[in-house]
Amino acid sequence: MTDPSSPASSTTSNESWREWLLTAEPHSRNQARLGRAYVTWRRFSENRLAVAGLLIILALVLVAVFADLLAPRSATIGDLAGARLLPPGSPGFLLGTDDQGRDILSRLLIGSRITLAVVALVAIIAAPVGLLIGTVSGFAGGYVDAVLMRITDIFLAFPKLILALAFVAALGPGIENAVIAIALTSWPPYARLARAETLGVRNSDYIAAVRLMGASPTRIVLRHIMPMCLSSLIVRVTLDMAGIILTAAGLGFLGLGAQPPLPEWGTMIASGRRFILDQWWVATMPGIAILIVSLGFNLLGDGLRDALDPRGAGR
Amino acid sequence: MFHSSAKRTVGLRRARGIMVNIGRFAVMLATTYLGLLAVTFFIGRVVPIDPVLAIVGDRAPASVVERVREEMGFNLPLWRQFVLYLQQALTGDFGTSVLTTNPVMEDIIRVFPATLELATVGTLIGAGLGVPLGVVAAVRRGSIADQIVRIVGLIGYSVPIFWLGLLSLLLFYAKLKWVAYPGRLDVAYEYTFVPITGLYLFDAAWTRQWDVLWDAFRHIILPGSLLGYFSLAYISRMTRSFMLNELGQEYIVAARAKGLSERRIVWFHALRNAAVPLVTVIALSYAGLLEGSVLTETVFSWPGIGLYITNSLQNADMNAVLGGTIVIGSVFITINMLSDLLYRLLDPRTRAR
Repeated sequence: MTDPSSPASSTTSNESWREWLLTAEPHSRNQARLGRAYVTWRRFSENRLAVAGLLIILALVLVAVFADLLAPRSATIGDLAGARLLPPGSPGFLLGTDDQGRDILSRLLIGSRITLAVVALVAIIAAPVGLLIGTVSGFAGGYVDAVLMRITDIFLAFPKLILALAFVAALGPGIENAVIAIALTSWPPYARLARAETLGVRNSDYIAAVRLMGASPTRIVLRHIMPMCLSSLIVRVTLDMAGIILTAAGLGFLGLGAQPPLPEWGTMIASGRRFILDQWWVATMPGIAILIVSLGFNLLGDGLRDALDPRGAGR
Repeated sequence: MFHSSAKRTVGLRRARGIMVNIGRFAVMLATTYLGLLAVTFFIGRVVPIDPVLAIVGDRAPASVVERVREEMGFNLPLWRQFVLYLQQALTGDFGTSVLTTNPVMEDIIRVFPATLELATVGTLIGAGLGVPLGVVAAVRRGSIADQIVRIVGLIGYSVPIFWLGLLSLLLFYAKLKWVAYPGRLDVAYEYTFVPITGLYLFDAAWTRQWDVLWDAFRHIILPGSLLGYFSLAYISRMTRSFMLNELGQEYIVAARAKGLSERRIVWFHALRNAAVPLVTVIALSYAGLLEGSVLTETVFSWPGIGLYITNSLQNADMNAVLGGTIVIGSVFITINMLSDLLYRLLDPRTRAR
């Protein structure tokens, strides 16, 4: 974009921008990168459902950031005397209130922070661990590979939810421990994926060239192999987000995740369960929120996969 | 003559290939079990609850605590404790449940058939509907039918199962009164019906108690359909992908050129070739339902192993929790790996390697 030699930097017309982006002979690295990003975006934005997913996730992030401003009432302090179990549409309470007289809409809005924090933390913990194990395993080969992959396979064969349950049971209930438990059970697929990508590039010419220039194995793995694994890893992590949300909500529902009065959506469903027959909205609203957000992540992940990997498109 | 001896060598090589596969399978299975036990052992040691104090109580004199600690082997080095733990686990001794005061293994044997029955019904529904839906979606790729199957599947991937369970109870039990209340049988039958295998549908049909069969059916249909929906989401998606793969192959073109009917090509030729990976997928979803039943059983008060684990969790009964984890984990691992082995043995394309 800042490259002065490019013809487009002097003009603002759309047509030449596109030409500049799609050129077969980019003048700089940045131009090539932007061009590829543009092609990917074009492919992604053709898919209407994927764009819908992206919008849902953007909305989730915005709501989480501005939750304090958006929430009309307190998420934890209710009006026990005047506003217990009001139905949706009551004046001032768009989605109704729960048994403590708390506004469900406000709780959902504030609770979006917990959901976003859980998926972000799990991704931040599990993805790098999987990436490191996978690339090291694939690059080193031999015994290191055999041992690391054996461990990965063992973890891959475990039942995730049950193991997360057992971990939380041992560590004690709470949102932090739920995050740790989910992260501990979700890194193996990433390691498998990173290893497969590493095996694909480890014998290529550019790696040989870097090695000849005297780069250490650490540098090769960190600077030259890991970046190659990133795009497929991002797709996989995005597709897993929905599963992470559902597991966290399930742990919350069983009373092992976030503890009341935290407005975690799964915990909210659990506390609304007692009123399901007469005050259906208490348990229904948080479930709709979970459904929308996980649907958003699934649509986004599907769209990203199709855009980044045209071979598998339409599958 | 030359021909027959060549055939024999091929047969021998194939037999050796199968033996190697089975041998490798046994080693992998054993190490994975070992890994599972190592993890549960580790979890059991991290627990903030002191297992000795849990037995003797916190008012016991120090000498008693020390004696029990020695009896339970907690003064041994960690690796000796692990060996001891392995020996106990391999003989099916997971200790005694604090909650029910029975040996954990006994409890699990009692509750396991309920989970098995539920997961089986779920898989039958999921595979019975998911495979045809996936085939139709692949054949009419891009059509409205394809879109509908895709969206039904996507929602299945995105919806919290316990929430859908609560809502379906509200609709089908409370409002419409189409199905029976949570549990396996009506109270009237619960004390008169004597189970044989513990799979109520089977037992009732076997002993020709049709009223019990109908009652059990009215109880299982809702949680079963719910689990079925989740396995349908997965199975239809995979079926579609496998079928698209097969329908693009040249033998399909050849079959069309021969003038075979489209129906025969799709349902006989293509589906048969997609069947091998499909068996793996169905087995995996079965294992997933056994595990995923934890949440469903809690919602529907289904007295299976999932409910057993969650009840024990709420009472800090770690022996029961870990015992249940090991049993579900072992079943999960076994199905997982067996389906992988089956795939290798059944698909000639993987046999060559």
